[in-house]
Amino acid sequence: MATAALEPAVDRAALLEFLLRIGDNALILGHRVSEWCGHSPALEEDIALANTALDLIGQTQLWLGLAGEVEGKGRSADDLAYLRDGYDFRNILLVERPNGDFGKTLMRQFLFDAWHYLLLKALKGLTEKRIAEIAEKAFKEVSYHLDRSRDLVIRLGDGTAESHRRMQEALDDLWPYTGEMFAADAVDAALVEAGVIPEPQSLKAGWDEIVAEALTEGTLKKPADGYMHKGGRRGVHTEHLGFILSEMQFLQRAYPGATW
Amino acid sequence: MYAQMVKTDAARVRSLDEMDPVERAFQERVDAGQKIEPKEWMPEGYRKTLVRQISQHAHSEIVGQLPEGNWISRAPTLERKAILLAKVQDEAGHGLYLYCAAETLGISRDQMYEQLHSGKAKYSSIFNYPTLTWADIGAIGWLVDGAAIMNQVPLQRCSYGPYARAMVRICKEESFHQRQGYDALMRMVKGTPAQKAMVQDALNRWWWPSLMMFGPSDDASVHSAQSMAWKIKQNSNDELRQKFVDQTVPQAKYLGLTVPDPDLKWNEEKGGHDFGEPDWEEFFNVIAGNGPCNAERLDARKKAWNDGAWFRDGLTAHAEKAADRRAAAKIAAE
Repeated sequence: MATAALEPAVDRAALLEFLLRIGDNALILGHRVSEWCGHSPALEEDIALANTALDLIGQTQLWLGLAGEVEGKGRSADDLAYLRDGYDFRNILLVERPNGDFGKTLMRQFLFDAWHYLLLKALKGLTEKRIAEIAEKAFKEVSYHLDRSRDLVIRLGDGTAESHRRMQEALDDLWPYTGEMFAADAVDAALVEAGVIPEPQSLKAGWDEIVAEALTEGTLKKPADGYMHKGGRRGVHTEHLGFILSEMQFLQRAYPGATW
Repeated sequence: MYAQMVKTDAARVRSLDEMDPVERAFQERVDAGQKIEPKEWMPEGYRKTLVRQISQHAHSEIVGQLPEGNWISRAPTLERKAILLAKVQDEAGHGLYLYCAAETLGISRDQMYEQLHSGKAKYSSIFNYPTLTWADIGAIGWLVDGAAIMNQVPLQRCSYGPYARAMVRICKEESFHQRQGYDALMRMVKGTPAQKAMVQDALNRWWWPSLMMFGPSDDASVHSAQSMAWKIKQNSNDELRQKFVDQTVPQAKYLGLTVPDPDLKWNEEKGGHDFGEPDWEEFFNVIAGNGPCNAERLDARKKAWNDGAWFRDGLTAHAEKAADRRAAAKIAAE
């Protein structure tokens, strides 16, 4: 695992920021999804959600592991996951939204999966080898996540009046958190320039298409693009993240230096 | 043992000479070690006993997700989190195979859930104890899965084919679960004094409930005798408990832990340990619903089921609409 394999010309600070963003998305969403374990509406869903959470935690290990290497301060993926405070987390706000009912959890998953799928698909074809390798592995898993969440959004949208109402409500509530996926700043610009990541806005058309098709088939109405919440990518989060971290980091904080 | 005190409806075990020819032929096949398959004739008592046992076993897997799931969000490293997620996912998978095995006996999964939610069907007493620290997760793998394996390994030779086959797969995964539990504890006892104290505390709380998993002595139980005659059960509760103690005590020693039983000592003559009697009053209280977590566990399962009704109804409605659309398209095409 030598850092030498990384393109030397790439801005390390920007690369680290990107790796934290993508790794923290996987970590926080994996955490949220795992909260359903044993509590979902059907046994098959318990199994499928545990599987999704497991994939996301596995991806976290890879992304944050690479982030630690790029940072070069000897921090492991665990150090980054368990020993940073909220303002150092870089996940988008969408993934820290509370689970709500099962419909909201599925809708959040679908909106994220559609974007995650496109992002990984682009990353695996780009020049930075280490990133492309992780993206290649994650892409296979996320293709399945998307198949599953899209299918359920369609079926529940076009199910009973009650399931339709819940899915529409979930969509309306979460929509204002989707804009952050396509936001770009100087970090993105530097990495786009270096050919490491795709232009965030370039994923929008594909995402719109995946989402629109599923919503139409599921008889759901796409909300108007109004105000979009953002802040997570630069460390300004909602109140929910602090509680996620206090739970997740409890043992590492209570027993400093212990190995598990 | 995930199935405890399973009733058989038998007043006593009858001899071959007392059976009519059909039942006698069935019993002779069981005696010869042949597997009974779903479509074949079986005594009603055999079918009912299997439904009770397999559904109790399945419910235990499902309810068993809760005490372990309780620590997924607090697992101390990404690797431990992934291992625990995979383990709890396996338990859900075991529940699924077992519900399917029970369904071959003419009961639906929804009916089994209903029996669980109404309190008519039981699940293992062990899952009514709380997981208070991270060491409890290791202790469950080591002790609870260890005790379950004692019971489940012989069940691979059970006379009922679907149950025996489900058990083959389940046993493979359970032995991985037990190893990961022991491994997590090993790491902790080699760690700080606080970590080691946490492990000892977990053993103190889980030791006796683990011994209770095998159920009270059943040497005089007509139900156990009947289950053994049907080869649904292979060993007595005391035999399995003895085997478990003999296997586990050296493991505890290796971890540097003290088993919380002042009567525990090696008996050279019998080639096994002597040990104290579990508190059976506590056991019967837990079975009767008075364990520390009975109410929470059942409420959590009922809540999951009730809150998820709209989800299941939605999927059913969609499937019906899709079938109607296909039928309409077919008519239009003709």
